[in-house]
Amino acid sequence: MGLEEKLPSGFLLTSVEKLAGYMRKNSLWPATFGLACCAIEMMAAGAGRYDLARFGMEVFRASPRQADLMIVAGRVSNKMAPVLRQIYDQMAAPKWVIAMGACASSGGMFNNYAIVQGVDHVVPVDIYLPGCPPRPEMLMDAILKLHDQIYVEKLGPNRELVIKNVEAAALAALPTHRMKGLLA
Amino acid sequence: MSTYVDPYASSRETTEGTVFAVTGGDWDSLVTEIGQAKEERVVVNMGPQHPSTHGVLRLVLELEGETVTEVRCGIGYLHTGIEKNTEYRSWTQGVTFVTRMDYLSPIFNETAYCLGVEKLLGIEAPERANQIRVMMMEFNRISSHMVALGTGALELGALSPMIFCFRERERVLDIFELVSGLRMNMAYVRPGGVAQDLPKGATAKIRETVAELRKNFKDNEKLLVGNSIWMKRTEGIGYLDLAGATTLGITGPVLRSTGLPWDLRKMAPYCGYEQYDFDVVTADTCDVYGRFLIRIAELEQSLRIIEQACDKLEKSEGQPVMVADKKIAWPSQLAVGNDGMGNSLDHIREIMGESMEALIHHFKLVTEGFQVPAGQVYVAIESPRGELGVHLVSDGGTRPYRVHFREPSFNNLQATSAMCEGSMVADIIGAVASIDPVMGGVDR
Amino acid sequence: MSNDERGSFGIHGTGDTSGYGGLVRNQVSPGSTERPFGGYFDQVTDDLERAYPDFADAIERIVVDRGELTLHIKRERLVDVALILRDRLKFENCLGVSGVHYPADTNRELHAVYPLLSMTNNQRIRLEVSVPDSDPHIPSLVEVWAGNNWNERETFDMFGIIFDGHPGLTRILMPDDWQGHPQRKDYALGGIPVEYKGATTPPPNERRSYK
Repeated sequence: MGLEEKLPSGFLLTSVEKLAGYMRKNSLWPATFGLACCAIEMMAAGAGRYDLARFGMEVFRASPRQADLMIVAGRVSNKMAPVLRQIYDQMAAPKWVIAMGACASSGGMFNNYAIVQGVDHVVPVDIYLPGCPPRPEMLMDAILKLHDQIYVEKLGPNRELVIKNVEAAALAALPTHRMKGLLA
Repeated sequence: MSTYVDPYASSRETTEGTVFAVTGGDWDSLVTEIGQAKEERVVVNMGPQHPSTHGVLRLVLELEGETVTEVRCGIGYLHTGIEKNTEYRSWTQGVTFVTRMDYLSPIFNETAYCLGVEKLLGIEAPERANQIRVMMMEFNRISSHMVALGTGALELGALSPMIFCFRERERVLDIFELVSGLRMNMAYVRPGGVAQDLPKGATAKIRETVAELRKNFKDNEKLLVGNSIWMKRTEGIGYLDLAGATTLGITGPVLRSTGLPWDLRKMAPYCGYEQYDFDVVTADTCDVYGRFLIRIAELEQSLRIIEQACDKLEKSEGQPVMVADKKIAWPSQLAVGNDGMGNSLDHIREIMGESMEALIHHFKLVTEGFQVPAGQVYVAIESPRGELGVHLVSDGGTRPYRVHFREPSFNNLQATSAMCEGSMVADIIGAVASIDPVMGGVDR
Repeated sequence: MSNDERGSFGIHGTGDTSGYGGLVRNQVSPGSTERPFGGYFDQVTDDLERAYPDFADAIERIVVDRGELTLHIKRERLVDVALILRDRLKFENCLGVSGVHYPADTNRELHAVYPLLSMTNNQRIRLEVSVPDSDPHIPSLVEVWAGNNWNERETFDMFGIIFDGHPGLTRILMPDDWQGHPQRKDYALGGIPVEYKGATTPPPNERRSYK
């Protein structure tokens, strides 16, 4: 990526991390990836009453090359999945993905031949937002949580350390199908 | 033809001439080869992800310069298999699937489906339910036209109408939330009536909203109607006359822009529409500007119908909103308790303590659903985009055998080629925006 | 069409202790109707017979049910009847094609239903054509009503009915290289089991069903 990735870990890197995190989260530009009903709520979130412009996000970039954030809003069909992946690949790093709505998070109510059961089969997702469709306020809450994540994101050698730790924790964690007693 | 073979820019001969596959990084060889070709026909893909194509619509254009010689639509990027899904659910659960087809007009989808089920059952929804349905449908027409006008204007470059339209749409969504609990995809209209009655004070709030809407619709009109830039972008564009529209089976504002006053609310009234006083709006210019004016005028007609529906609702206060037959009527009454929304305590007391039959009905209707006698039926209503028809086939069981929706957007989109070939690229956007396709309805 | 339904629950064999397992309900779809049909249906069928003398050969059955007229037509005569309906009886608008798959109806498994609308007379009727699975060909009606283009493509995509004479019969809703025709009854819904906190819910087509 940029020069900030090449800094050695230490006081200078931490300060740059804070600055870079602050800058990145405050002008996150979404790519238009509205597919179905959730897209309408996303447009409503960008419109007058639930204003996304106060977070610097009212410019929905049409070109993925200029966007940081892909909000997958709506059901992804099998025909659309390669297009989704291509748009994601065309975005430049750093990039984040919000799976908006039940259909993007897990296939939603459409458990059938035509819909990809969760957009994380195709792209890596940072925030899953449930709802059918989620209210604009819920979308803004998801975006703010993403902002918090971006603010504390580490760079360079610190980031490699974080990735190693997260992977080790995930490998050692109890898988969901072994968790018992949760339905009670 | 040069003999240099570039591994990144292959070309091959076809019956249409030489076809070049461009992958990037090979511009110099490409330019030399094209310079030697006779014609310049470019095939451009306005892909499924595009800000101006109204959803996941893929347009494959063949261009000569700025003029479009061929337009082909690629659809199916939002195919959800909803029609097959309904075959695995009961008749009432079908409403929740069907409401997500044309996601800008969920009440219309639900009402068409429920009218079909009621026709198969041979029952009539009570009068108050029909009045509520009419009111919700007209509010849905307003909210759908707001999105159509707003996004259409946005695609053509006018940014303020988008904000105005969504501001008014929020007022309508407030009414939906007041009456049904949800802003979109409400699953409010059920076979036999509606899910629950209006809350107290709803008609007062509705009248207040109607007054505000009437005042604020003028913002859009003052901005766009008669605006010379807007008229230059929309007059004479997307021309489709009556012969073309009838051949292609077009209905809705596109058909009414040719001058034919065909509106199912007048021609084949349903849900009591014959009792309401409103006009069918037509234009005779057959172009995008005419359809734009029709949609603006239909907003005012919808407000008139809502006011009349409010008068009727105030008079029919206290009447049932669900059919009286206990073997069909959706049993529960919802209320908000201290652990969220669920069955009201009165209903629970009745089924657990007082009436065994009520318990049995509740159990059987919620788990199994009611049975619909065998046969097939076709019901059509007037949605904001045209004739929304539903073809239902029942085999006598508790699940639909076949549900097929005749979506207006699906048939209307076939007119894109007729409207756009021969015009310029920028006019395609206007023409598609005036057809107002909703890809959820097109692909289902 | 009639099919016998046995049992009150979707379970067969063991598991049904209710005693309702021996229940036999005969579900009969409405059959052929005798004249008079009522409403404008008599006038429409009379006009059709007058305009098309071979009408008796072309028609298999006339059903009037729930206030709607259905003409079951033989597929060889479909285009003739359609042209007469469009030109002489003024049914200018065809509202699409709806396919239905009845696997129990041997040799007549695939039905294509065409709702017709006459805007001049404000009348609605329906045409229905049945073809066997082994030979799923129906003549295309794109020449008669151009708006049927995409609808026939959709019926081909979803059911496998091949419309002879269609200008470009390809898949329209599924990806172009998809195998199978999804809305047929012998095509599974394709859902996956959903796991939640240690329990698994089977997909909708594998759950216990009620008839």
